[in-house]
Amino acid sequence: MPTDSQKKPYNVPALEFKSSTFAVPVLVLASNDLTAIDEQLQNKIQLAPDFFKNSPVVFDVQELNKQNLDIDIAELTGIIYKAGLLPIGIRGGDQQQNNKALELLIPVYSPHHSVSTEANKPETQKQSPPPAPKAASSTLLITQPVRSGQRIYASGDLIVLAQVSAGAEILAEGNVHVYNTLRGRVLAGVLGNTEARIFCSDLQAELISIAGNYKVSEDLNESIRNKPVQVYLQEHTLIIKDIA
Amino acid sequence: MARIIVVTSGKGGVGKTTTSAAIAMGLAKKGHKTAVIDFDVGLRNLDLIMGCERRVVYDFVNVINGEASLNQALIRDKHCDLLYILPASQTRDKDSLTQEGVGKILEELSKDFKYIVCDSPAGIEKGAHLAMYFADDAFVVTNPEVSSVRDSDRMLGLLSSKSRRAEQNEEPIKEYLLLSRYAPDRVKLGEMLSVDDVQEILSLHLLGVIPESKSVLNASNSGTPVILDEKSDAGQAYADIVARYLGEDKPHRFIDEKKGLFGKLFGSK
Repeated sequence: MPTDSQKKPYNVPALEFKSSTFAVPVLVLASNDLTAIDEQLQNKIQLAPDFFKNSPVVFDVQELNKQNLDIDIAELTGIIYKAGLLPIGIRGGDQQQNNKALELLIPVYSPHHSVSTEANKPETQKQSPPPAPKAASSTLLITQPVRSGQRIYASGDLIVLAQVSAGAEILAEGNVHVYNTLRGRVLAGVLGNTEARIFCSDLQAELISIAGNYKVSEDLNESIRNKPVQVYLQEHTLIIKDIA
Repeated sequence: MARIIVVTSGKGGVGKTTTSAAIAMGLAKKGHKTAVIDFDVGLRNLDLIMGCERRVVYDFVNVINGEASLNQALIRDKHCDLLYILPASQTRDKDSLTQEGVGKILEELSKDFKYIVCDSPAGIEKGAHLAMYFADDAFVVTNPEVSSVRDSDRMLGLLSSKSRRAEQNEEPIKEYLLLSRYAPDRVKLGEMLSVDDVQEILSLHLLGVIPESKSVLNASNSGTPVILDEKSDAGQAYADIVARYLGEDKPHRFIDEKKGLFGKLFGSK
């Protein structure tokens, strides 16, 4: 944008959206008794009338809704105006309260930023997982058994937590980890990555291959069978070593 | 809503139809209205095992094609009022089955029945696919030998990837292992895989072991599901399986060799 405005100095846009944060007092309600609210609000304001004069305020009815206490939004805003405050938002309201607030031209805030509420906990949890797979998008994680006849291809690393049955085939362009019994065919570095390795906790594979260098079950030495091992490539030879 | 159970194996001759007949009868005997469907179009057998072959008028394919209503095709079992059989067509082939048609029939049956047992044909082609596609639970019948175990493993793979539950991302089908034609003496001689061997390969919840038994053949020939033969070991094994499936706690039997008098006296295995 700045480059644009530099190029066309006579065509400056009339408006622009910018993000800003403000500190706004929040009026957290713990009771739906309007008379009590009116009285106590007046008393508070008397303590510092200048400070509160025409101050914007967001009112929070989350506690009330948690206790299933309903409150008349119109009357509440009336009390707030009367006290010399300007309500600029409702937080934690239910559908009906939110609609009422919008009718009164009061914006609705979601309870996201409030401290510890049951309502926002699951939501933040829901929001947090997506970044995780993104960060490791090249790794494929399999938690179910890979059955005979199934074929799994990973464009990066492959991690299998369940067993890989005889007759199954797992392939990865990167490393393969199997934290269970490996009975099927396993191919790592299928696009030629000679640095790829295979790790498994119980080697009974039908075939193991790294970057096209393979060994079939018959070629596997008894000493490395049924053990946790790693397989890697050293000068075109597959090296199978147990990992203690 | 009914619970749809598929009895499947991949391999042929392991005891799918015997198992379907036995557990359907067992569920009905426990007071649950049950339907058992033969999906083996062209190689119909279930009617023989259930002893209703002389009463077949309409079949599964007739209902799919709209040539008969479901009520016309369902045959009430002569041993148990709560059990109904939907026979397969012998003159057609598996291509007569459509996913839409099968889905419709299962939906209609679901309104009225508590359990629907689908007797799958062998193989992994259309008939077997449609038998398991709508299932909620799968009884995987396996014999204690390597080829049967591998075919079961293949079937388990299909259950977890090619079923409706898998395609719609619902809770996966519950899979149970039924180990049939088990002979503890041959296991001891190393001629047969043991329960532990099979479970290690398949890593599946064992619902029950059905011993190799002459009573199975007798029951098939006489057209009475083996579960009705309460004195037979196979009949008891199936009764245990039904009870376990319904949530009763029954210890596993028929896994160890029968002890002779000598063995009993000295407690040796």
